[in-house]
Amino acid sequence: MNERAVVAQGAIPADSEVDGAPAIRVRGYWQSVLHRLRYDWVTLAFGVVVLAIVIVAIAAPLIAPFDPYQQSIVGRLKPFGWRGHPWGTDELGRDMMSRLIYGGRISLVMGLAPVLIATVVGGTLGVIGGFAGCLANTAIMRTMDVFYAFPSILLAVAISGAMGGGMINGIISLSLVFTPAMCRVAETATAQVKNLDYIEAARASGAGTLTIIRYHVLGNVLGPVFIYASSLVSVSILLASGLSFLGLGVQPPEPDWGLMLSTLRQSLYVDPLGCALPGIAIFITSICFNLVSDGVRGAMDVRG
Amino acid sequence: MDGHTEAAAPLLDVRDLTVKFVSREATVTAVNGATFSLRAGEVLCLLGESGSGKSVTLRALMRLLPKQAQVAGRVELGGQDVLALQGKALRAFRGGEVAMVFQEPMTALDPVYTIGQHLVEMIRRHKGGTKAEARARAIELLDLVKIPSAARRLDAYPHELSGGLRQRAMIAIALSCGPRLLLADEPTTALDATVQIQVLILLRRLQQELGMGTIFVTHDLGVAAEIADRVAVMYAGRVIEEGPVADVLRAPAHPYTAGLLASTVHDQAPDQDIAAIPGSPPDLRRLPGGCSFAPRCGLATEACRQAFPDPVYPAPGRMARCLRVADVLPSLIGEPA
Amino acid sequence: MSAAMEVQPYVDPRDRGGAAQPMLIARELQRYFRVKGAGKGAVVRAVDGVSFTLFKGETLGVVGESGCGKSTLARLLLHLVVPDSGELVFDGDAVGETGGVNIGDLRRQVQMVFQDSYSSLNPRMPVQDSIAFGPMVNGRSKTEARRIAHEILVKVGLRPDLFGPRYPHELSGGQKQRVNIARALAVGPRMVILDEAVSALDKSVEAQVLNLLRQLKRTLNLTYLFISHDLNVVRYISDRVLVMYLGQVVELGPAAEVFARARHPYTRALLGSRLSMDAGRRIEAPPLVGDPPSPIDPPSGCRFRTRCPHAESVCEARMPTLGHWEDRSSHVAACHMTTPDSGHSLAGSA
Repeated sequence: MNERAVVAQGAIPADSEVDGAPAIRVRGYWQSVLHRLRYDWVTLAFGVVVLAIVIVAIAAPLIAPFDPYQQSIVGRLKPFGWRGHPWGTDELGRDMMSRLIYGGRISLVMGLAPVLIATVVGGTLGVIGGFAGCLANTAIMRTMDVFYAFPSILLAVAISGAMGGGMINGIISLSLVFTPAMCRVAETATAQVKNLDYIEAARASGAGTLTIIRYHVLGNVLGPVFIYASSLVSVSILLASGLSFLGLGVQPPEPDWGLMLSTLRQSLYVDPLGCALPGIAIFITSICFNLVSDGVRGAMDVRG
Repeated sequence: MDGHTEAAAPLLDVRDLTVKFVSREATVTAVNGATFSLRAGEVLCLLGESGSGKSVTLRALMRLLPKQAQVAGRVELGGQDVLALQGKALRAFRGGEVAMVFQEPMTALDPVYTIGQHLVEMIRRHKGGTKAEARARAIELLDLVKIPSAARRLDAYPHELSGGLRQRAMIAIALSCGPRLLLADEPTTALDATVQIQVLILLRRLQQELGMGTIFVTHDLGVAAEIADRVAVMYAGRVIEEGPVADVLRAPAHPYTAGLLASTVHDQAPDQDIAAIPGSPPDLRRLPGGCSFAPRCGLATEACRQAFPDPVYPAPGRMARCLRVADVLPSLIGEPA
Repeated sequence: MSAAMEVQPYVDPRDRGGAAQPMLIARELQRYFRVKGAGKGAVVRAVDGVSFTLFKGETLGVVGESGCGKSTLARLLLHLVVPDSGELVFDGDAVGETGGVNIGDLRRQVQMVFQDSYSSLNPRMPVQDSIAFGPMVNGRSKTEARRIAHEILVKVGLRPDLFGPRYPHELSGGQKQRVNIARALAVGPRMVILDEAVSALDKSVEAQVLNLLRQLKRTLNLTYLFISHDLNVVRYISDRVLVMYLGQVVELGPAAEVFARARHPYTRALLGSRLSMDAGRRIEAPPLVGDPPSPIDPPSGCRFRTRCPHAESVCEARMPTLGHWEDRSSHVAACHMTTPDSGHSLAGSA
């Protein structure tokens, strides 16, 4: 058989010449996530709302029409538009809109800070647990399981109750509530990546465990961790509001949506719409974060 | 008219089968006008590498493609229009008339059901009958595929069997309803060499005994040589050569087939480079105009890049889609076999 | 002798013993894995007493089917999996012991190319970073590591400007495997273990990669340990061949010898299972019946006896040993039939 003669005739192009330019633009993983998000109208729309909420909260001093702490005996529970108060006043005569805007700051901080802390602490513990030997892994994960066994609200209330109220304690309490879950997500992701071939190749190159974690594991673990964290933000906002409602979070006279709900509760029959406003704010913020995180997860799930 | 001599009407007739996967980013034409036919009792091998469209073609024959796939062309099994089947007729068709053996038995078999349950369900769905009857038939089938201790194996779960036994079980399931056409998608690729030859010989024997038409998809020329009567070589979604397996392997008519033969490692001298086809299979999203093999072909001319070559019939029963067939074949005809 | 005839062979500065000293000696390597849930004390005898010698500059092919332990053996040689017992000697120095070569040094001189799977390259890293990782970990600066990566990409036939920034999912199978090879070569090893390096590739691409491997071996003075289940590929690329069955070595010898005159019945069965490329000469009966037994509970004595047509009582009683081998041309098999005075009816006497 003389196939060699057939194949060897003529000018056969070298391999790299034949392949030429890449068919699709070279795009990193996160860039491809953003690219996919571009077509997801729902997520983009709600992302805009989230962005608006955040901007309003940050720019509170510039936007708020009144001082949120300014009380007025006369102007209590007034309706929309009374004397320049766009959304009326609360039970102590303070402007609702300003309190809602300033309250957004606190709610966002109470929503994001515990998740951030839990991600860092829980994530680190999870990566260590994923890489560690049997004993250390068991120690870390079973300790986490103890906390995880409690329903989150109960645990938050218990910790806050023991530590006392206040924003810092509220943040600490919620961080403790979320850390076990983040730890578990990180540990699972690490355990999945740990046994893949390229980790073995990295070890064969002479890399130590820390280097491998830094270069190879973190990049792949961040994905699932980020997805889970983003879904936790909405939960955190709700829980924080719940804590404040119960008097365990932010203390008066701070404007916090949960706290406002609690104090406005008594005036429910007098000014129902005004009382509903903090609740609506919590609802919208929480749902928007939720939907955005869902959309991002959808964009991240597709491989390559 | 077309150089073919056919004694009887073919069992399976595929004409201009085209399968497109349309997504927001690109349209992938996995199969681009494939045409071939199969006589009853014949074994046809669809030979090709990754991206050639052979597996997609096979699944199109059984209507197993996802809804996003756009299928066009004509597929006729014993005169029946396969692409037009719906509902009950389609369900009876799959498994009853046509059955498939997959590459990975571990994923093709449901791990929570025993082999016996798979078989009994299959038999009762297509042939009816009581459980006891179906069970008896299942044991017969396991004996047919040479699984020892058949009665005991009926109650085994897929993960309890070794790779070779799992594959035999899958063959038994495929044959349980006496299909007229058996489709096999690389059934031996995942098996060890000593097991692979057992399963191939088994398939060959079963096909001879039961007389069903068989289409075998593989990337391995050795498998084609062992089991096929005819071979159809696919490249970038088209059938670019077809003919009796002995003739095609001894004297290929298409440069790609010649290149495949030369680059398959078998008894080449260790001190020489293997004659490899340069480059990689083409990206199906951006097929070059003209012959899709031209960028890698040492014999390509300007004419080759203009339009995809029409079929040429260099000998009875042989077909090749190439403008340079005359240069490929004569250098080989007259060579000692 | 004229100067033109005598070409000085290249000597790597890290070379310690010269051409006569073997690159690697493995003695009675053993590694068992505990099996969870399959009953107490159940172990997978993945590698059970494997000894061989790898000479400098040669390609030793390792063949066997699933469960024979060849992949575990590859990892034992790099201490990616630590052997339960046995010793490894690399270029005259014991591995992992004080006074010998430490694991870090070993991994700078011995590298491994994995099978091309979706997990062989980090999907989140551009290819040039994956390649540059090795040199960087071994002390080079980032820019220098990147330069080395580009050099190696050229050596494996990929244009660095075109392929360097790409991600693994943008490469074809053959290109990914070239990247795997580049990654292994980036740290400058003297020996490369190739674990099913071409098995997952299309046949035409496999040919390209084999040609590349041969060329690299010549230009970079490498020693290869080539693991594969594909006998044809092993025959083509190997100087010597080692056949494994259920964690043990059953035959060892020069490739041409082993393939032409196999001495172990299992090797003969393997060779007889090779598909003929000639449709006129098909295999009529399979040389072996049944599946390879599980490495959890191997048969006593000779592990192949349950499938061997020549098994006798001595095969059940005593495990055959490989026999003494002296140099590269020795051809030995672990079979009572080939061992004189073993008690087997077909064995000769010494």
